[in-house]
Amino acid sequence: MTETVDTSTPLGRPIKRKEDAKLLHGRTNWTDNIQLPGTLHMAILRSPYAHAKITKLDVTPALSRPNVIAAYSAEELGDLNGSIPCVWPVTDDIVMPDFPALAKGKVRQVGDAVAVVLATDPVHAADALDAIEVDYEPLDAVVDMEAALAPGSALVHDDAGTNSCYVYNLGGGYDDVKAKADVVVKRRFINQRLIPAFMEPRSVVAAPMGMSDEMTVWSSTQIAHVLRVLMALVTGIPENNLRIIAPDVGGGFGGKLQLYREEVLATQLARKLGRPVKWTETRSEDMVATHHGRDQIQDIEIAATKDGKILGLKVDLIANMGAYLQIITPGIPLLGMFMYPAIYKMDAYDFKCTGVFTNTTPTDAYRGAGRPEATYAIERIVDELAAELDMDPMELREKNWIKHEEFPYTTVAGLTYDTGNYEAATAKAVDLFGMDELRAEQKRRRESGDPVQLGIGISTFTEMCGLAPSRTLGALKYVAGGWEHATIRMLPTGKVELITGTSPHGQGHETAWSQIAASILGIPVEDIEVVHGDTGRAPYGMDTYGSRSLAVGGQAIKKAADNLIEKARVIAAHQLECSPGDLEFVNGEFKVKGDPEKSQAIGAVAFEAFTAHNLPDGVEPTLQGEATVDPEDFSYPHGTHLAAMEVDTETGKVTLRKYVCVDDVGNQVNPMIVEGQVHGGLAQGIGQALYEGAFYDEDGLPLNANLSTYLIPAAPDLPSFITGTTTTPSTTHPLGTKGVGEAGAIASTPAIINGIVDALRPMGVTDVAMPATPMTVWKTIQAAKGGQA
Amino acid sequence: MQHISVNVDGTQYEGEVEPRTLLVHWLRNELGKVGTVVGCDTSNCGACTILLNGRSVKSCSVLAVQADGASVTTIQGISTGDDWHPVQTAFKECHGLQCGYCTPGMVMSTIDLLGENPNPNETEIREGLEGNLCRCTGYHNIVRSVEKAAELMGGAK
Ligand code: FES
Ligand code: FES
Repeated sequence: MTETVDTSTPLGRPIKRKEDAKLLHGRTNWTDNIQLPGTLHMAILRSPYAHAKITKLDVTPALSRPNVIAAYSAEELGDLNGSIPCVWPVTDDIVMPDFPALAKGKVRQVGDAVAVVLATDPVHAADALDAIEVDYEPLDAVVDMEAALAPGSALVHDDAGTNSCYVYNLGGGYDDVKAKADVVVKRRFINQRLIPAFMEPRSVVAAPMGMSDEMTVWSSTQIAHVLRVLMALVTGIPENNLRIIAPDVGGGFGGKLQLYREEVLATQLARKLGRPVKWTETRSEDMVATHHGRDQIQDIEIAATKDGKILGLKVDLIANMGAYLQIITPGIPLLGMFMYPAIYKMDAYDFKCTGVFTNTTPTDAYRGAGRPEATYAIERIVDELAAELDMDPMELREKNWIKHEEFPYTTVAGLTYDTGNYEAATAKAVDLFGMDELRAEQKRRRESGDPVQLGIGISTFTEMCGLAPSRTLGALKYVAGGWEHATIRMLPTGKVELITGTSPHGQGHETAWSQIAASILGIPVEDIEVVHGDTGRAPYGMDTYGSRSLAVGGQAIKKAADNLIEKARVIAAHQLECSPGDLEFVNGEFKVKGDPEKSQAIGAVAFEAFTAHNLPDGVEPTLQGEATVDPEDFSYPHGTHLAAMEVDTETGKVTLRKYVCVDDVGNQVNPMIVEGQVHGGLAQGIGQALYEGAFYDEDGLPLNANLSTYLIPAAPDLPSFITGTTTTPSTTHPLGTKGVGEAGAIASTPAIINGIVDALRPMGVTDVAMPATPMTVWKTIQAAKGGQA
Repeated sequence: MQHISVNVDGTQYEGEVEPRTLLVHWLRNELGKVGTVVGCDTSNCGACTILLNGRSVKSCSVLAVQADGASVTTIQGISTGDDWHPVQTAFKECHGLQCGYCTPGMVMSTIDLLGENPNPNETEIREGLEGNLCRCTGYHNIVRSVEKAAELMGGAK
């Protein structure tokens, strides 16, 4: 017994991660490491065309290639060729086309799956794709979103009769406030298409070899639980016969929040052939067959008085769905819908979004999912409004943002933000940034006509994460709930299994969840084993995406731990011959109030619960606590991000000189992990601003679908970041925490572009397209000069 | 098929390989050295980095037959059991990994980098790791990890 135990809990401490030992020693269990006896390896013939009729398809020649066991097209697969579902039909009249795993008669994107070969090794499977006889009759490709909506456009889905997937409207009243406005600023922003590019390629192993009829599917997925439900619905395999395991998963960022055609095919073929089937994508496949993100045209209009009071905002989006709807493709822009008004008070907000089909890879969630797009647009237009009003952009923001004493505050978009303190985060960020010196330097460079100009980019963002409560999701026509589950099981030896429905892929849940439970149960962090990502061992859950794991899953852990203690209290009271109300629980021990000599540690209670020799009447043996929690509301992290951008006006080269952010994510479980999440998010947001963009030619052929041409930032492309936090605890979350996973990616993109535009504004530049490559920036400068001349 | 003999992590292995077999595939599929991973098919990501005769190489851009007679060190060979190489320790201390997929490559590249330059500055670290992509960390803590590793390894070795 440790009398000297530190009364401070592990909560809130930067504890080193439990996950790291195995990851650093190469003792990992990536899906591609799984080698089951008798495995067949699947290779996929993919369409080289964006849009074409399949005029001939014969897989039989592949069968005579060495080591090949089977080959199928959609025709041979028949009913086993499932359709990929979309679970977010955002409007009643949404067009939801069939999305067969293997294309039927027509291909609609480069990378569409046409046929599969199964061989006893991956090399021969891939080799045999050559032998498949296939002819295509190319059709006009639909690539440009506006052209797709114009009358007479070629159609991605003939049956639909249109390329419009849906039109969604919210609000009204903007025109009334616009009539009263002194200033109206209108801009079109292009939020370009991005590729998640997690470092571990997708992989799946399906094995019909579990208990009785069980089909076990290992997949590099973020959503083991959701996948199980969807897989059951798509394949008809009874859900209770499906076990989905997400072993070590190497990043996701939304890209593994999906039911992919390859997962369905592997499972169906394992079932048909009675053998394990394995598939691992090449990176080049990943870049066309993993869903993409963003890709919106944003027409934004903001109306204000001449002294800078924002009156209203109008948002008109065209959102690229790609060729098919994946699980939540249509809903992504709507997650952004709520966030365009951001931290600002205004009287009216009109939102319209048109989803459009094109012959491109489907879009879906990518870090931030709708909210980065919204934040980009609002933070850019606020800067443009400031320029129009000749006001300091921070002053304009401050004038319009919700003051800390005004929370809870219901925004014009209908969300109620529980807490926030934009003043505090901004003051800290401005201080860390050294705003005054940088502004002075900017002035000097402007006055001296320095070829390298300095710009200061601001982004004061908020976001909604931890998507819940379920009722709200239902009102948005999302087919699933937003709850989360946890079970905490105390074993006879006092060791603990913490079973979570969240499914980490880099976020450090094993450490952070242990910290939460350890702090409540008063036991060492090391005594807790976190079990996740396996529907066999962690049966209930809604998995990991949308910064929900702590915001929602954390609540379930707290409640499960509290429930466990309540059961233990009854047992301990019986052992200590007092009433439960006479016990206090301190540092892992039940103590009789007023008689501190009489105590029982929770581990001892667990042993009593196991032997069950001396339990009170009516108390069941074993000690565990469970909870399934549907949160009260979303969580609303916020922060202030500042970027100092140097722009070489002669070459267009942009350098990110200094990046400061102060995020308010409420109480922190592990500040080291929080900071890491922010860093990673920043890299992706800055990547969008400066480097990344997935592009197609007019025939719908991808122009940069590999890692040598799609430029995710490398170490020399980024600086070190200066990060800070303020703490305004969430009032709707029992731990006072908020989500953090997406914050950096949401906030940073507009900060970077605002900084570049700020540097160049005296030259007449009012926007810079993303990614702001030297060529783009140089051309923008030339155009502005031409315009002035 | 061609016969090769390669010392991997201290053990001498003999094998028959197709001439086109990549070293990384031989390590993973034949020897079970699954700590070394594949992240791309264009030699851009560096996830597959190993030491070949003491210098870092991307094992996806070397044929297994080219390693005949050579000595290979993978992430699984720099420390055994519960031991930690200082670079591994530094990455844990500084939270230089999240999902861990890039990590074996980062660690192996760092070992090579510090062998060449025991006291690199931030720019040298960033440029030294240019061939290793990480999508999770934003590199900030990877740079701190390399600085820490340099310190743990005493600057000059
Ligand atoms: S696997 Fe990407 S460089 Fe080797
Ligand atoms: S830690 Fe995930 S890619 Fe580097």
